[in-house]
Amino acid sequence: MAVMTYREALNTALREEMRRDPRVFVMGEEVGLYEGAYKVTQGLLKEFGEKRIIDTPICESGFTGVGVGSAMVGLRPVIEMMTFNFSILALDQIVNTAAKLCYMSGGQYNIPLVIRGPGGPASQLAAQHSQSMETYFYHVPGLKVVRPSTPADAKGLLKSAIRDDNPVIFIESETLYAIKGEVPDDPDYLVPLGRAAIRREGTDVTVVAYMGMLYRALEVAEELAKEGISMEIVDPRTLRPMDTDSIISSVRKTHRCVVIEAGAGFAGMGSEIAAEIQEEAFDELDGPVVRVTGENAPMPYARNLELLKTPSKAKIADAIRKACA
Amino acid sequence: MAQTKAAIPSARLDSALARALLTQMQLIRRFEEKAAEMYAMGKIGGFLHLYIGQEAVAVGAMSTLRPDDYAISSYREHGHCLAKGSDPRRVMAELFGRRDGLSKGKGGSMHLFDKSVNFLGGHGIVGAHLPPAAGAAFAIKYQGGDQVVLCFFGDGAVPEGEFHESLNLAALWKLPVVFICENNRYAMGTAIHRALAQTEIWRFAETYGIHGEPVDGMDVLAVRECVGRAVERSRRDKSPALIEVRTYRFRGHSMRDPAGAVYRTREEVEREKLRDPITLFSERCVKDGALTEADVKIMEQAVADQVDEAVAFAEASPPPAPDELFTDVYKD
Repeated sequence: MAVMTYREALNTALREEMRRDPRVFVMGEEVGLYEGAYKVTQGLLKEFGEKRIIDTPICESGFTGVGVGSAMVGLRPVIEMMTFNFSILALDQIVNTAAKLCYMSGGQYNIPLVIRGPGGPASQLAAQHSQSMETYFYHVPGLKVVRPSTPADAKGLLKSAIRDDNPVIFIESETLYAIKGEVPDDPDYLVPLGRAAIRREGTDVTVVAYMGMLYRALEVAEELAKEGISMEIVDPRTLRPMDTDSIISSVRKTHRCVVIEAGAGFAGMGSEIAAEIQEEAFDELDGPVVRVTGENAPMPYARNLELLKTPSKAKIADAIRKACA
Repeated sequence: MAQTKAAIPSARLDSALARALLTQMQLIRRFEEKAAEMYAMGKIGGFLHLYIGQEAVAVGAMSTLRPDDYAISSYREHGHCLAKGSDPRRVMAELFGRRDGLSKGKGGSMHLFDKSVNFLGGHGIVGAHLPPAAGAAFAIKYQGGDQVVLCFFGDGAVPEGEFHESLNLAALWKLPVVFICENNRYAMGTAIHRALAQTEIWRFAETYGIHGEPVDGMDVLAVRECVGRAVERSRRDKSPALIEVRTYRFRGHSMRDPAGAVYRTREEVEREKLRDPITLFSERCVKDGALTEADVKIMEQAVADQVDEAVAFAEASPPPAPDELFTDVYKD
């Protein structure tokens, strides 16, 4: 077990998987010579050379499609989006090609492809560079969607994503790259896709949160413990497939649920989880599932407005108090 | 259909080659005519985009490939799939939406895939398969292979960003892919001069510093010769090329578009039909003594029988089982 940053954990996962499997290569904007806009690919060009660490021009649809085609012919590409906001330019390749080929070919062509990079709210990057992109992808059958919240998960989930035979959308976060945590050294350390983690055990309310919102929820849990509220925090880790069973079994224990998400609330992850819970465990609930979400507005630049856009600790705490009242 | 031997096409027309090329063009023509009939009878649903008039392109181009080379196409791809060597019975069953179709009935007319002959699809979004074509070529080079990729698309894909992104990447990275633009002059109902500032499509090759040339798409030997040179060059130098094949579709954009629709005149269509690639090539074969008129008739009958058999096969194949709805969404 080593203590490393989230960024280093991702870098380790890439290195280990590239050493393990010569079919794995990394392609994207500034991944080689520049060593990654966020330095996730630092040192990879030196170790693996230009054949396997490929700098692309700025053409997201083009190089994502190159990844798809290479996967059809036996490679296992890892495509970096400098930020996931740019993946919108490649949305057709991802949604209409990568996600559909296995099905449309009757299983003849599966696409082992990872598309990774940071997403979600960042700091004063305004509307086009600071948004929760996972919602665009988890609606699509044929894609898997991962949001790793800890350094250990960053490593274990990325390795699982690379070994998966399907297209995996792997969204990291600018705000988490520098956080540190213990990460297993084992080069075969894998965190399975589709399995949630209980980040804090509790008895009064199930709180579902990931990425930055998870850390906010953990802080709120400390605060509310002093008020006698015991929060159980579930980190879904993979949004598609979603580990609904783990969320529901927590709800069966606490009988209350609050979902926190940074993205806008309309048709968001909270809506889906609320629907799943009422379908599967309505009788277990002592009150309605509560959503604490980003406001339904683009991300503003001004710092004061930006703080209003994403759920604050105070807002999260209030919602949980209300749910437990 | 067996693919003909890969070689630099020679000017001399031998009868084995004549037979192979003509029979494939006849097969595609007959297959498409039958598909139209089956569509009218309600046996085939959705969109159906026929290749009638363009047969010389797929057949001439594909005849220059080795079996381990790759081909990829748009949604007007029945001809490419058949010319690459797919079983017409399984192609027809796919159009019928039956379980013995190439994709178990889950792809349909626009999404034919056949891994057994390295046919990479069958893609329904205009321009979207060009980056994957470059990607397949990237994989060939990465793996140290010497195959090439033929990528077929229409003039309608040229204004798309992905056309330009793909040519740029293929040129930049020296990828063994030959882009074959089948210029049939209309993107659905939009004539090329209404869509492109540069209507000499092959000239985009100059922009990207790659080999490019136009060729008459109604002459199967000309297509074979031109694409053959591009394929050999691509295989040897790991370099891309852009070939503009000037062709014409005799039918409408899809079955929902009558051939003599508003965007082109009936006179134009009739004039172009005088250059029917199958008629032209049959006449050439007979004139050169490569085939007799009787040979041509016998071959026509043989493909008609083959297509009837494909229809019977498709009719006999059951629809996919209900649980197929959920299989192949992911590979386990």
